[in-house]
Amino acid sequence: MSLTQTRFHDALLTGAQLAPDGLSDGQGRPAGRRFDVYRNNVAVSLTEALEQGFPAVRNLIGPDRFKSMAGRFLRQHPPETPMIMHYGAAFPAFLEAAEPLAHIGYLGDVARLEQAQREAYHAADATPVDAAALSALPPDDLVRSLVRFAPALRLIRSAWPVLAIWRYATEPGTPKPAAIAQDVLITRPDFDPELTDLPQGGASFVTALMNNSTLSAALDTALSDAPDFDLQNMLGLLLQRQAIAAITPSE
Amino acid sequence: MSKTMKTMAIAGAMTAALAAHTNMASAEGAKEKCFGVAMAGQNDCKAGAGTTCAGTSTVDYQGNAWSLVDEGTCAEIDLPDMADGTPRMGSLEELDRDLPS
Amino acid sequence: MLDNTRPCSHLPAAPGVGYKPQHFADIIADARPVEWLEIHAENYMGDGGRPLAQLRHLSERFAVSVHGVGLSIGGEGRLDPDHLSRLRHLCDWLQPASFSEHLAWSTHDSHFLNDLLPLPYTQATLTRIVDHIDEVQETLGRPMLLENPSSYLAFDESTYAEPEFLSEIARRTGCGLLLDVNNVFVSATNLGLDPRAYIDAFPLERVGEIHLGGHDEDQDDHGAPLLIDSHGQEVADPVWALLDYTLDRMGKRPLLIEWDANVPDWPVLAAEAQRAADALAKVPA
Repeated sequence: MSLTQTRFHDALLTGAQLAPDGLSDGQGRPAGRRFDVYRNNVAVSLTEALEQGFPAVRNLIGPDRFKSMAGRFLRQHPPETPMIMHYGAAFPAFLEAAEPLAHIGYLGDVARLEQAQREAYHAADATPVDAAALSALPPDDLVRSLVRFAPALRLIRSAWPVLAIWRYATEPGTPKPAAIAQDVLITRPDFDPELTDLPQGGASFVTALMNNSTLSAALDTALSDAPDFDLQNMLGLLLQRQAIAAITPSE
Repeated sequence: MSKTMKTMAIAGAMTAALAAHTNMASAEGAKEKCFGVAMAGQNDCKAGAGTTCAGTSTVDYQGNAWSLVDEGTCAEIDLPDMADGTPRMGSLEELDRDLPS
Repeated sequence: MLDNTRPCSHLPAAPGVGYKPQHFADIIADARPVEWLEIHAENYMGDGGRPLAQLRHLSERFAVSVHGVGLSIGGEGRLDPDHLSRLRHLCDWLQPASFSEHLAWSTHDSHFLNDLLPLPYTQATLTRIVDHIDEVQETLGRPMLLENPSSYLAFDESTYAEPEFLSEIARRTGCGLLLDVNNVFVSATNLGLDPRAYIDAFPLERVGEIHLGGHDEDQDDHGAPLLIDSHGQEVADPVWALLDYTLDRMGKRPLLIEWDANVPDWPVLAAEAQRAADALAKVPA
């Protein structure tokens, strides 16, 4: 009988199981721990991928516990494409559902922030909106304009000080996080993701624009969320971070 | 706020934001310098792991390396319960239950 | 089947290295003796950003080889059409000097296992792989090279020896072969075979590229040597000797140093490439 790839696959992903039948050392003896070489290759390479993708989570829970969580995650959620740089999209939700980590409420959001940075790193390039053309746009057209963001833009809204925790976990000497909620804007001017702690109303404004609200409607949304929302400051931030690819009047 | 006032407010904010934004149009030359930068570790993290066509001699001790000690920096962060009512501390004894059989 | 007279690789018969982003500045400053670079296709399947910008820049200065690690050519299921189309997109814009993949499988159902998994060498496997390689070559519009794997075990059901199996695939599809000399040494040691006999049986005229990498030493349950193809250190001396033996019979070929784990600073990698250059220099033109 032939050894199917289904059986090989299942034996790779289940814990300390014996090697499937039909494999040898080439000289008539059972393969034994030779099969573990493949098992190790799968588990270790995917664990390393998660370690590199989620350095703050790893520092927060410690390297051994991270390895253990990664080992479970990779067996429940093996990659679904060969693009390992995107592996781990399901990791934040997995961490949140993991009982032993339930006391660390912010872990999922920190993982989301790390995943979003990788997405931004590999996102398509975009030419920032042309400032001269934008200046020339008549005010009546501007207010009913839609904003197209650069493909790298990501927004993480959190009930936790997620950016302060991320910095504390990755940058030595950073002060301990204060108990505040933080919304983080991820942008990628040129090649490296930049993280910005948004002021009150900022996340509502960006979310509204992402959902195809006009500038006028997005401003209303932001003001209802934060009456002292500073539009000029927010627009300045988006322009400076090269987050806006186009501003065009809606039909 | 009247429609006209709002229009002028948005236009004014945009004009001021544009004026403040010294348009650092990324010339191709500047970009070339920038994409060659490889600060050790940092950019690799943002990029995530690469693929491999090699094996490893590292052994994966699934489950055996479980550490019951809260050894990470999360132990240093003291945050009050947040709005969603997430309890802050759990029992580390729960960890045993989750070990693979 | 593709036209047999088309060359399967346009790489120079000179040393190349597997490209690592941390070496970008060194390579731009002075890559000698390295004349060409190999990338893993899957690392350049993002939509933009630094990886593609660096690759665009390097491809203007060096011949580039695209080496896939995720196509799962030996998979029991059909090839992933999305992945094949990503490969075509990459090859279309990059126009690499060579495209290669592995005699292995890595995807099952929708799971990508991130390792080059072994195959039984049977009639059924042969037919499947020939179909898959035909599909790859037709989709990409170019011939490919197929690489021999590192083996840690053998399948009881195999009816072909590996060189014979690869030879038959190349004959039926017109593809070229990528001969990894370290893999030959690792597999032969692990399975109790003679590495020189493997080279003697290999269709050397089909070889479009050679790979060399370092391996680790371990032991199996019986204390027999078990070598692991880890690409984490210098190429071992017996592998250099096997390379000389191979080049003597085959002549010069593009010769790649692979160093994927514990990646060293550029001068160490360049020194390995120099050793490859010296090995090539001993071969009569």
